Amino acid sequence: MTSLAFYIGPKILRAALSIVVVVTLTFLVLRASGDPALQILGPSARAPDLEAFRQRWGLDQPLYVQYVRYLWAALHGDFGNSMLGGKRAIELVLERMPLTLTLMLPALALNVLIGIPIGAYAAMHRDSWIDRSVMMLTVLGFTVPSFVLGLIFILIFSVTLGQFPSGGADKWQSAVLPVLTLGIGGAAVIARFTRSAMIEVLSQLYVVAASAKGVTWRQVIHYHAFPNALIPVLTLLGLMLGGQVAGAVLVENVFGWPGIGQLLVVSVGNRDLAVVQVILFLVALTMTSANLMMDLLYGVIDPRLRTNRSASH
Amino acid sequence: MRKKQKIDRPTLIASLWLCLMLLIAIAAPLIAPHDITAMDLRHRLAPPVGFGGTAAHLFGTDDLGRDVASRLYFSIRTSLLIAFGATLISVFVGTAIGFVAAYFRGLIEHFLLLLIDVQASLPFLIVALAMLAFFGNSLVLFVGLMGLYGWERNARLARGLALVAGAQGYAGATRQLGAHPMRIYLRHILPNSAATLLVAATVTFPEIVLVESGLSFLGLGVQPPMTSLGVMVGTGREYITRAPWMLLAPSIVIVATAVAVSVLGDYLRDKLDPTLS
Repeated sequence: MTSLAFYIGPKILRAALSIVVVVTLTFLVLRASGDPALQILGPSARAPDLEAFRQRWGLDQPLYVQYVRYLWAALHGDFGNSMLGGKRAIELVLERMPLTLTLMLPALALNVLIGIPIGAYAAMHRDSWIDRSVMMLTVLGFTVPSFVLGLIFILIFSVTLGQFPSGGADKWQSAVLPVLTLGIGGAAVIARFTRSAMIEVLSQLYVVAASAKGVTWRQVIHYHAFPNALIPVLTLLGLMLGGQVAGAVLVENVFGWPGIGQLLVVSVGNRDLAVVQVILFLVALTMTSANLMMDLLYGVIDPRLRTNRSASH
Repeated sequence: MRKKQKIDRPTLIASLWLCLMLLIAIAAPLIAPHDITAMDLRHRLAPPVGFGGTAAHLFGTDDLGRDVASRLYFSIRTSLLIAFGATLISVFVGTAIGFVAAYFRGLIEHFLLLLIDVQASLPFLIVALAMLAFFGNSLVLFVGLMGLYGWERNARLARGLALVAGAQGYAGATRQLGAHPMRIYLRHILPNSAATLLVAATVTFPEIVLVESGLSFLGLGVQPPMTSLGVMVGTGREYITRAPWMLLAPSIVIVATAVAVSVLGDYLRDKLDPTLS
């Protein structure tokens, strides 16, 4: 167990440090972007009013005092109130969370369920016409930007065929096109990656050995090759989450889906900084913990990583 | 023995397409038949040639009767210019940071590596959106912001290359001769790393085109009256039922260019740097 602790400890420390760096950078950028008093009260504000505002919000304190206060507030999820409506920014964001997850979780499931089987199949039939055409399609799949793909889906399925609604979130059919849009791009990336991981594994000696001792091909794939090919794919999944978050921002805007992505774009347009900070912080938190979880899972699956011995063969 | 390599057909088509885009970008003011802001309100949403349109508007007109073809040429110019400038910045900044990390080692290196990790763990689009919220939008700022795209990848690569090169004879020999570190890094290590950094730039370039068009599509990138591919897709979506060409023309250009660069990048990678794959 101690070896696992030695493996996990530094990773948790590093993840925590990353979050602190993000919050610190946000604070610095925020202070560098201009005097909040001037921004909120406007250039025509009188000097005593500006002074009162700065005193009220602690802007007359030294920078390090402001920083500690900022950290303390951030630790409590308090990034201030939204400029529009004056609601607490964190509440505003959390309200939208379920809607964004409604898109992202099924999309991630699609990524895995389409990408991995296709990639593995292509690897097992390497250089066949199926392999080649699948790989051509995946190039399209990950070079077509999500907002273009979404609009093409709208053009085909909403405008021409009239099958699915082109926007809104009032019935379950509304989620179909955005989930597909998010799911297909990621599936293409995973398919390509799974294919190369699988090809790599299939050339390993233990696969040759398993075949040589008379294990059926199906079993070789099932028990020897596939599980080993999955390990790098797992890491990729952690790394891909960022792309999915960015994709969700665009896709939500294409389909008028009232999730966090739409809130972010509206808030950026209005320069509603409190809301933007909460979202930035939440994304950083999600990404860091996802990567941490992948690292831990990696350590559990592959015991070599927990010891000092090198993981490479 | 050098095997004679023939360029395969996809690479050829990709190169031709990119040359065409480059030509259009350079010659946009010459070949555009109309001014990009010239409105012709009597011919709004006119279809392209082949779908009932006239030769006056090759790809039809938009909601204000502006010529889609002319706007497309200028959009290609804007998008490529931004991506080109931003790629230069990204490779420059990344290489500088990577070399600094490789030279100083110790605490500075750890700090830079931490920054690289943080950037790598955040989706760039979100960071870019936050910066736009903090600082507002102007063209110079926007290009600079796009130049931050991929800096962490280039920095990591440059640091690795510098570390490898530093362990090799030629760098050690120059050091023994008493050369200044700047000279070692800029005159010896940089030229030896250039091929790999160039390949990295071909990866960065199309991604910047995509991020730029994404932000412009959201209305937070290039601002009117300027136009870019993303801006055109963004306006086109409002007229998706009545004038799909407004949306399809820029979309096709975005997709084809991204695919072409990706195909060409694969070719270059095989050609220039057999160690990467």
